[in-house]
Amino acid sequence: MIKKRILAAGLSALALTSPAYADDVVSVPGDKLLLTNGVTTIEGTSGGGMVTWATIAGRETDRGIGVSTHVTVIELPDYGWESHGLSVGIANRIELSYARQNFDTRNVGAALGIGQNYKLNQDVYGAKLRLFGDLVYGNPLLPQVSVGLEYKHNLDRPIALAVGAANSEGTDFTLSATKLFLARSLLVDTTLRLTKANQNGLLGFGNAADAGYSLQFEGSLGYQLSRRAVIGGEFRTKPDNLGLGEKNWFDLFGAYALTDNVTLTAAYVDLGSIATFNDQRGAFLSAQLAF
Amino acid sequence: MFVLTAAAIVALIGQQAPAQGVDWDKQFGVQEKVRDPKTGEFPVDPYTQSNANAGATPVKGESLARQFGGQPGIRRLAERTVELSEADPRIAAIFVSHDMVRLKRTLFEQFCYLLNAGCNYTGRDMKTAHAQMGLRKADLNALVENLQKAMREQKVPFAAQNRLLAKLAPMSKDVITR
Repeated sequence: MIKKRILAAGLSALALTSPAYADDVVSVPGDKLLLTNGVTTIEGTSGGGMVTWATIAGRETDRGIGVSTHVTVIELPDYGWESHGLSVGIANRIELSYARQNFDTRNVGAALGIGQNYKLNQDVYGAKLRLFGDLVYGNPLLPQVSVGLEYKHNLDRPIALAVGAANSEGTDFTLSATKLFLARSLLVDTTLRLTKANQNGLLGFGNAADAGYSLQFEGSLGYQLSRRAVIGGEFRTKPDNLGLGEKNWFDLFGAYALTDNVTLTAAYVDLGSIATFNDQRGAFLSAQLAF
Repeated sequence: MFVLTAAAIVALIGQQAPAQGVDWDKQFGVQEKVRDPKTGEFPVDPYTQSNANAGATPVKGESLARQFGGQPGIRRLAERTVELSEADPRIAAIFVSHDMVRLKRTLFEQFCYLLNAGCNYTGRDMKTAHAQMGLRKADLNALVENLQKAMREQKVPFAAQNRLLAKLAPMSKDVITR
């Protein structure tokens, strides 16, 4: 009898871990279609891993308030990245987000004289407003369009100023258009970003010569393999205000909705040169829990 | 006052029972709807039938229809989608008092027409058909999930699933009314 029970428990545990039974996993119902809330970017907004989309965080639609949390780690040859945060999506109209970024300089910290494993930290507060359109429904050629702002507060002002930045805080403005082209199972995002940020703001904003805002471009392409799985790539241009050879960013990603609420994203990222240390290519891993 | 109340009670108790065999439907002018013995559907008010009512144009070629298992596969899909939705607590109430026999047929015809599997759509247009339902986007999402589940059960390839959804998704403007 007891043996039977253990066997049954073992079998059900097996069922829970097998993707084929993913639909049977107990989940908190949300109104959005799976994955249409996107995953979480390094800035805490909903989007791809790196590019802010027009999507609104959380799994609720026009009558609900959704919540989303995430943790992201990036492992690079010379640096380590960890970020985490919380976002709220109100009526699929407004997104409010917070993310904390911790950038470990490891041996570079010692080489630059700021200390071994010195961590650069930054808070990012985001607000996004969906203007019009729908990611999935409506006119198939009319994308979902959102405007957003990201107020970035670098917590290491002396270092930002020492590398030549004009400021340790700044605000990015984004305009995103995102559409799922169902006939091709293809998700396309294009985003324009006005920014002064050096390396996302981790090296401050602008430069001593008072470089102002510059217009940068971001794009994502995603192919839906199944209701739960997407693969794709992203691209993001960046200014080089500090003359340190800051490069554009690229990634190739795969995202999988483990359950209706948990999404895992893995990516190969190419972050180019960071503080003169070239070829920062590595692995990106992110987990999102959304309701 | 007391006397009046007592008299009223006596009058109420003492009144005659209603006559047996009265056709109350007739008395109140209620017409009972009777299912058509051949189709099993309730009669509907007349409207102009046209494939334009299907809300989109069919896909090109016949490969997609094959991926859906032709007309038999599409019929199973439409019926299964309706059954799943009737049993779905999120949207089951929407289908109460609707003619499910007719819905299964018209949904089959619509899918069959859009997938270019050789049918004509004889149902009403999307706006008229959904006018009084008060549907929200969340309801539509629930229906899409049920359709996706039915397509998975019938082993329709995912890219083919999305091609059908691509035909249906733009109809949201006529379906979502609040």
